[in-house]
Amino acid sequence: MEIYELEEKAKEVRRWIIKMLAEAGSGHPGGSLSCVDLITCLYFKVMRHDPKNPKWQDRDRFILSKGHGAPALYACLALTGYFEVERLMTLRKLDSILQGHPDMSFTPGVEMSTGSLGQGLSVATGMAISGKLDKKDYRVYVVLGDGEIQEGQIWEAGMAASHYRLDNLTAFMDYNRFQIDGLIENVIGIEPVVDKWKSFGWEVLEIDGHRIREILDAIDTAKRVKGRPTMIIAHTVKGKGVSFMEGENRFHGVAPTKEERDRALQELT
Amino acid sequence: MKEEELVGTRDAYGKALLELGRDNKQVVVLDSDVSESTRTKWFAKEFPDRFFNMGIAEANMMGVASGLATCGKIPFASSFCEFGTSRCYEQIKLSICWARQNVKIVVSHAGITVGEDGASHQAIDDIALMRGLPNMTVLVPCDAIETKKAVFAAATTDGPFYIRLARAKFPLILKDDYQFKIGKGVVLREGKEATIIACGLMVKQALLAHDTLSREGISVMVINMSTVKPIDKDIIIKAAKETGAIVTAEEHTIIGGLGSAVAEVLVESNPVPMKRIGILDRFGISGSPDELLKRFKLTGEDIHNAVLEVIKRK
Repeated sequence: MEIYELEEKAKEVRRWIIKMLAEAGSGHPGGSLSCVDLITCLYFKVMRHDPKNPKWQDRDRFILSKGHGAPALYACLALTGYFEVERLMTLRKLDSILQGHPDMSFTPGVEMSTGSLGQGLSVATGMAISGKLDKKDYRVYVVLGDGEIQEGQIWEAGMAASHYRLDNLTAFMDYNRFQIDGLIENVIGIEPVVDKWKSFGWEVLEIDGHRIREILDAIDTAKRVKGRPTMIIAHTVKGKGVSFMEGENRFHGVAPTKEERDRALQELT
Repeated sequence: MKEEELVGTRDAYGKALLELGRDNKQVVVLDSDVSESTRTKWFAKEFPDRFFNMGIAEANMMGVASGLATCGKIPFASSFCEFGTSRCYEQIKLSICWARQNVKIVVSHAGITVGEDGASHQAIDDIALMRGLPNMTVLVPCDAIETKKAVFAAATTDGPFYIRLARAKFPLILKDDYQFKIGKGVVLREGKEATIIACGLMVKQALLAHDTLSREGISVMVINMSTVKPIDKDIIIKAAKETGAIVTAEEHTIIGGLGSAVAEVLVESNPVPMKRIGILDRFGISGSPDELLKRFKLTGEDIHNAVLEVIKRK
């Protein structure tokens, strides 16, 4: 898929996110929209996977550690064929395969149940260790929230992944600068975040997390790094793609109204 | 009198892991810097490629174990009881139990018989915690023979398991031909006037109480309830109907453990006079294991007195 096609695909994913959340009446638009471009690149271009055979042993793995971005993941799974696209409109409803946060028991293609922040990087580390042990060449990708790295477990996992030299593990930090209570720097600052990951033994790259070319280049670079995992600090905008949601933290955990949905969809055509 | 043979349940675990490791290459072991004490070091020595020391970072260890399990590995994750349960409870709950991953958590140094290290190292609430988790199976073996069988059963049964072992060596109670079944209590002594239901090292104390009571002419049944979850409802109800009084015994707080599990079954089916022997809603202290068992009223004599009390209340 070419870059302009991926850009179109990301826009389609954003439209679905808006429709799903408006229909559900609850959820997290801001943080779903900020990580769309990262996840779109993975599912439509980068990862080796087979939607018809979700348990294929040699597939690349993806974990959405910031589980509240679930609508972005669900849209990518549906659009790549893990389940019918119509199912997206059942998000968060009783008996839906699309739970409020990713639940691998219900959703084909979801590699790990997440939602409580801080846990996904450890699981990704386990998957990467298993790949090394079995001498398989699959890669493991994980998207972390920026506020999420305030969790101590992230740094436990950071130490372990570097200790075990997991160069088959690539993490993204979706750096949209906000957490629920406001700007990260006003809650508990995470800077200097590049130095932090470097000092933990990681290769660290910094990109604009909405520019497809930069995302793909960074992933390629990560593939060539030997002996250590890679952290891609992706600078993003919360609510990206919808003017009245961009940088507006009110949309962290509030779904768009019907009127807001229509305005957003107009912008995303 | 013949000296009793004492064998550590953790030693039995270490040996069982070696056998499992030789049989099945999918078995991997993780520890959090206590591999000497949990005996996982024996596995590490023979299978260095399949052993992962995760350092003093139990939360991460549980997540890594989950990730390994998603790839078809059978991970055994070990620590001290205190640090392998409450310290990383939410990781066990979500990354392992909610995600339904085939992880076996095996901890040593449970309860107050950790001894001199004191309260910070004495897990007294772990059974309650693990029992509250959907999809989790909770095993508390009574001796080294049962430990080996429990570890093998866990390895060959899909799903999350919690196995609680001790620091202290236990006398051997069961025979090698003992048939361990997940979810089944076992009658060790038949009796008519009351039933003692125990797990872990308290099974030995229950047998001591049984012997004293029989010398006094009182006939009590003793049940080894090594699976605390799923609890064997049938054997509890049968014992309640046949003997009319129940005493439970565990090296754990009386809130939420074996005693609670048994009480839950009884009140919903066949209530009879009952008493729970366990730690009475307090933290542990330093001391030798034997001194602590006496101080916390976890001896055969305490069980004996509880049996007399419940019989009186019939």
